[in-house]
Amino acid sequence: MEWVIAKYNYFIYIILMMIGLWAMIGKNNLVKKVIGMSIFQTAIILFYISVGTKRGSTIPILEHGHAEAANAAESIINAADYANPLTQILMLTAIVVGVSTLGVALAVIQKIFKEYGTVEEDEILEQIR
Amino acid sequence: MFFELFPASVVEQAPVLVVAIPLLSALVISIVGVVNQKYVLPLTILSMAGSLIASLITLQRVIEHGPISYHLGSWIPPIGIEYFVDHLNAPVLVLIAAVSFLTAIYSKDVIRSEVPDKIPSYYVIYTLLVTGLLGITITGDAFNLYVLLEVAALAAYGLIALRGGRAYMATFNYIIMGTIGAGFYLLGVGYLFIKTGSLNMLDIGQILPAIYSGNAVLVAFILVMLGMWIKMAFFPLHGWLPNAYTYAPTATSCLVAPLMTKVSVYVMIRIMFTIFSADFAFNVLKWHNIIVWWAVIAIVSGSLFALAQRNLKKMLSYIIVSEIGYMVGGIWLANRDGITGATYHIFSDAMMTLCLFMAVGCICYKAKDCSFENMRWVFRRMPVTMAAFIVGAFSMIGIPPTCGFFSKWFLLSGAIKADHWGFALALIFSSLINAVLFFRLFEIGYFGKLRESKEGQEPSHHHQPKISVKEAPLSMVVPLVVVAMSLIFLGLYTNEIVTNLIDFVIPKGLMDVGS
Repeated sequence: MEWVIAKYNYFIYIILMMIGLWAMIGKNNLVKKVIGMSIFQTAIILFYISVGTKRGSTIPILEHGHAEAANAAESIINAADYANPLTQILMLTAIVVGVSTLGVALAVIQKIFKEYGTVEEDEILEQIR
Repeated sequence: MFFELFPASVVEQAPVLVVAIPLLSALVISIVGVVNQKYVLPLTILSMAGSLIASLITLQRVIEHGPISYHLGSWIPPIGIEYFVDHLNAPVLVLIAAVSFLTAIYSKDVIRSEVPDKIPSYYVIYTLLVTGLLGITITGDAFNLYVLLEVAALAAYGLIALRGGRAYMATFNYIIMGTIGAGFYLLGVGYLFIKTGSLNMLDIGQILPAIYSGNAVLVAFILVMLGMWIKMAFFPLHGWLPNAYTYAPTATSCLVAPLMTKVSVYVMIRIMFTIFSADFAFNVLKWHNIIVWWAVIAIVSGSLFALAQRNLKKMLSYIIVSEIGYMVGGIWLANRDGITGATYHIFSDAMMTLCLFMAVGCICYKAKDCSFENMRWVFRRMPVTMAAFIVGAFSMIGIPPTCGFFSKWFLLSGAIKADHWGFALALIFSSLINAVLFFRLFEIGYFGKLRESKEGQEPSHHHQPKISVKEAPLSMVVPLVVVAMSLIFLGLYTNEIVTNLIDFVIPKGLMDVGS
């Protein structure tokens, strides 16, 4: 049990990811599939962000970074006080990618709806056949 | 010397120009497209030509001086993003640039008939797709690779969906599968980042050997591989490919079919031998036998599915599925010949897929439809197209001197040296199926015989309609002929390509690895 609590962030992201995967593969409604896709991507983002945090750390923005740079004693920066900025930057990019994928997917669904008059996969497949 | 024609600064910056030229011209094209549609295509062709020249310069520099490391913005790796060009990806860059250059010329007339109202946006997305593919190939940064993977994928979704009709549903499935694939890759990179604290491929490759036994590294490898296998449509994960490639506009199929899957195979090789090592993939894991058998299943089932199709483009799409099996299997054979064959097959398969898709595109352009019906008497209607089609088909079957023969030869000898009779048999079986597939088409094309139309429609020999030569427009036929000739040239220069480039790809110490 302790093992689960110590690594709870991994469990949460895996559960979220599985929900997303299940929705993407198992759901019949195309919009629900896209929602699943969003959950899937968010789970990965959560994973990255949780990996970058440290106990008792704050957001990776230097307080008094420039103003007191002259004051050598106070401008010592302790890396352990800040979350890892790299994972956050990576995820900013991943969010942008996710949003554009979502946009393309929704645009395609709109086109599918105009073409077939429905967003249920089985009804569309019936019309194609 | 090719690159002595250019100023030193151009030669110095060539690696970044390969990607920057199409990226910036996508912006220019989108602006010019609003003003005047006439200049869109020439601009696209020009940017592809620029990219091709830059990639040729890079290739020559790599051959003469060894691998190039280009630091973007002069940030030193592993902090900054590095473009890393070696003997493996320099020729892949040339391949991508050459295919997209020829396809851009080819698309001139066919796009006008298929998506007449969206020509400027088509070429903007086209250039972006090429940017993405070139970026995937050239980058030395694992996360940068993910971003460009998605750039290429998003552009591909757009290019496929532009056709409308059934393409929408095919695109939707592609989006879902493509996102899962890229997601797995990203997750795998995350695990690697946790263990090594680095995203630079070479840097990760140096840190990893000390911790090969860890579970997180194993999970990372599985996730990254799974992601790439979805992206390359390795057999049970191939569901998205056939429909997407069949219902796409012709020019899109010609661009996407040879490149997307092959670039994914390149990424797989890069991951296996640069991020990880041959030692990890073959000695620590010891899975290569299972994966080669998996590839055998992929080859056989891809061929059988192809046999069941009655649509030219769909048949070719299933052949791609089986060719992916060749490449994955060849690499996992874990010996020199297998890896040589698989790497060489990236180039030969890309060119012959391009050749066949272009030829089929010409036939479909004249007939407005891709069913086997339209192949009747096509030899008399389109002799030049069919000559190129025959070259492509022979290469696919593996008849010398086309390049398909040589890659198959390497793969076969690799399979025999690894004592993997299953893979050897699968290769022969798939070649035979390909022979059946294409000779059936030749029969229909030459004699006008359709086995299905027995119900008294017409015994073809009695009233053969008067048929005059009606080739597709020159803009389509010329690139097709160039590609068909390149198949033979690639075949004739196999030895040079292998000794100058592919020999460097083979990981050191492979001899004492595996079987």
